[in-house]
Amino acid sequence: MKIKFPKDGRFGEFGGKYIPETLVPAIEELESSYLRYKNDQSFKKELNYYLTEYAGRPTPLYYAKNLSEKIGGAKIYLKREDLLHGGAHKINNTLGQALLAKRMGKTRIIAETGAGQHGVATAMACACLGLKAEVYMGLRDTVRQRLNVFRMNLLGCHVHTVESGSQTLKDAINEAIRDWITNVNDTYYLLGSAVGPHPYPVMVRDFQSIIGREILQQMKKIGKSHPDTVIACVGGGSNAIGTFYPMIDTDTEIIGVEAAGEGLETGHHSATLNAGSKGVLHGMMTYLLQDTEGQIKETHSISAGLDYPGVGPEHSYLKDTRRVRYASATDDEVIRAFLLLTKTEGIIPALESAHAIAHAVKIAKKKQKSDSIVVTLSGRGDKDVEVVEEYVKKNF
Amino acid sequence: MSRKTSRINKKFAELAQKNEKALITYLMVGYPTQKSTFDAIRGLIRGGADIIELGFPFSDPLADGPVIQNASTRSLEKNIKMGQFLAMARKIRKESDIPLVLMTYTNLLYRRGYDRFFKAAKTAGIDGVITPDMTIEESREYLKAAKKHKIDTIFLVSPNTTKPRLRKIARQTTGFLYLVSVFGTTGVRTKIQNYTINALRNTKKTVGAGLPVGIGFGVSTPNDVKHYVKNGADAVIIGSALIRLIEKTPASEIESKVANFARKLKAETK
Repeated sequence: MKIKFPKDGRFGEFGGKYIPETLVPAIEELESSYLRYKNDQSFKKELNYYLTEYAGRPTPLYYAKNLSEKIGGAKIYLKREDLLHGGAHKINNTLGQALLAKRMGKTRIIAETGAGQHGVATAMACACLGLKAEVYMGLRDTVRQRLNVFRMNLLGCHVHTVESGSQTLKDAINEAIRDWITNVNDTYYLLGSAVGPHPYPVMVRDFQSIIGREILQQMKKIGKSHPDTVIACVGGGSNAIGTFYPMIDTDTEIIGVEAAGEGLETGHHSATLNAGSKGVLHGMMTYLLQDTEGQIKETHSISAGLDYPGVGPEHSYLKDTRRVRYASATDDEVIRAFLLLTKTEGIIPALESAHAIAHAVKIAKKKQKSDSIVVTLSGRGDKDVEVVEEYVKKNF
Repeated sequence: MSRKTSRINKKFAELAQKNEKALITYLMVGYPTQKSTFDAIRGLIRGGADIIELGFPFSDPLADGPVIQNASTRSLEKNIKMGQFLAMARKIRKESDIPLVLMTYTNLLYRRGYDRFFKAAKTAGIDGVITPDMTIEESREYLKAAKKHKIDTIFLVSPNTTKPRLRKIARQTTGFLYLVSVFGTTGVRTKIQNYTINALRNTKKTVGAGLPVGIGFGVSTPNDVKHYVKNGADAVIIGSALIRLIEKTPASEIESKVANFARKLKAETK
């Protein structure tokens, strides 16, 4: 079931490299550099140093007692990636890739961002390691996540506003790829999710797998070898694959939660694995939200970070092999979960992570008190308070 | 795919006898209207274009610059469908025997099924296909279907493509090889880079005489055409410059203005 490093770049039929020829040498250089450094002792030591001293790892596995008791069922544990520097799991990957870029001698870093969390994490890693960063962000996202635009600017990073297409994450990726094609010789593309052409999905997964590895370590302290259930939200799916991958060969029930937006039946959602079909986008074969012609559909989610019509190819593989179940949560359920966690535990989750909370709330009551559910709380919700306020005023 | 029998190969053979190079012109179908596409095609044929590339819009054209991106978006806003495109191709084919090449992105072909798609394309009179996001590594099923239906598979190479890879790509390419002139997306450029000329010479040398090499991306003026022909290009591909001309030309004058432009470009290939 576990695919460590796919030689042909594929997880089953998913993945691959569907890229303009200009990028082939860059992708080949990236693959060989990654293979060279991923097991290199000094690289690992340096990454570990920054993850510990700069980013704040390991993150706690917190028993959400109030929430668990309120629901009355399984014990819910939160993997607190929201406590990391920058406020999200994204820094696990940006530190890894920025260190790799440095070893590859690249001087200019570009990235895309949806909610802005990956953009901020890129800007932080680059500021810390002395690299120049530029970030592409859809116009719609720069409005609804404007705090993160300010943060990136403060960190010395130039934010390019993308006005093409749906003006969200998908279009930011298109524009970053166009930049990369143009500046392929000196530029490193620091992709933020487990998507894109091989080797990105596997590399991002590896850098994020520290989440799942720590969870397994921390479970031992409470007398279990692995959680009974683990839940994470899925947009591109980097926090989810990082959580799931180390547990694939255990008995853990694994659930990814997609954004059902206004409801799967309305068509206004981003639930690629629940409602999509196979296709090719952003260098990979994977499930996509597309029409019968193969044109990519506009997506909707209250959380900018999940507002994406594709999904990492390894998730497509885990769906088809049925190792992981992919559920979904609507905007409404997400806001309710956001408010619930905030009130019961004093933890404000990112709207993305609130999708995972919403599903945990749904299933916890049907489970035994002796059961454990681990939810990856991928980020904190300070960036989302305006969106939540607006939604509550309008709908509640 | 037999290199001798395709319309594209016949065209190159014909031109070689006259000691001419090929003028290949790119249009985005349905932009600004389906009628303007037909008018422009008639103008191109009158003006002496040798091969016509028809772009079909994709929602996420990541190899394209602003001009073609905009044309794609506008064309899609009018809800153009692949079925309409094939009907247009059939109509052109009734009027002319000029080789027709489709340029679009992999997902649109994959979604229909490569085999089903190539079969329909062949019936409509399409001679070749260019997909800028299809690499040879991912092309097994694509090539199999194209061969079966005798559609030329035109792959792209870039100035940074290594020699061994160039040879590999050339082996899977029929019709002509498409050399991307610059590091970048499609679009008008003001200056010809030295590395482009080196790439052109190296590509010609590596693939040999059997396979024509066309150069595109940023080729926009008669002077560009002259320069590339002088340096060994077998074909020049004009896209964004033609689209810009159509954009600023009143609908009633598209055919004549496009014919004029094609004539000036074609003159530099002789």
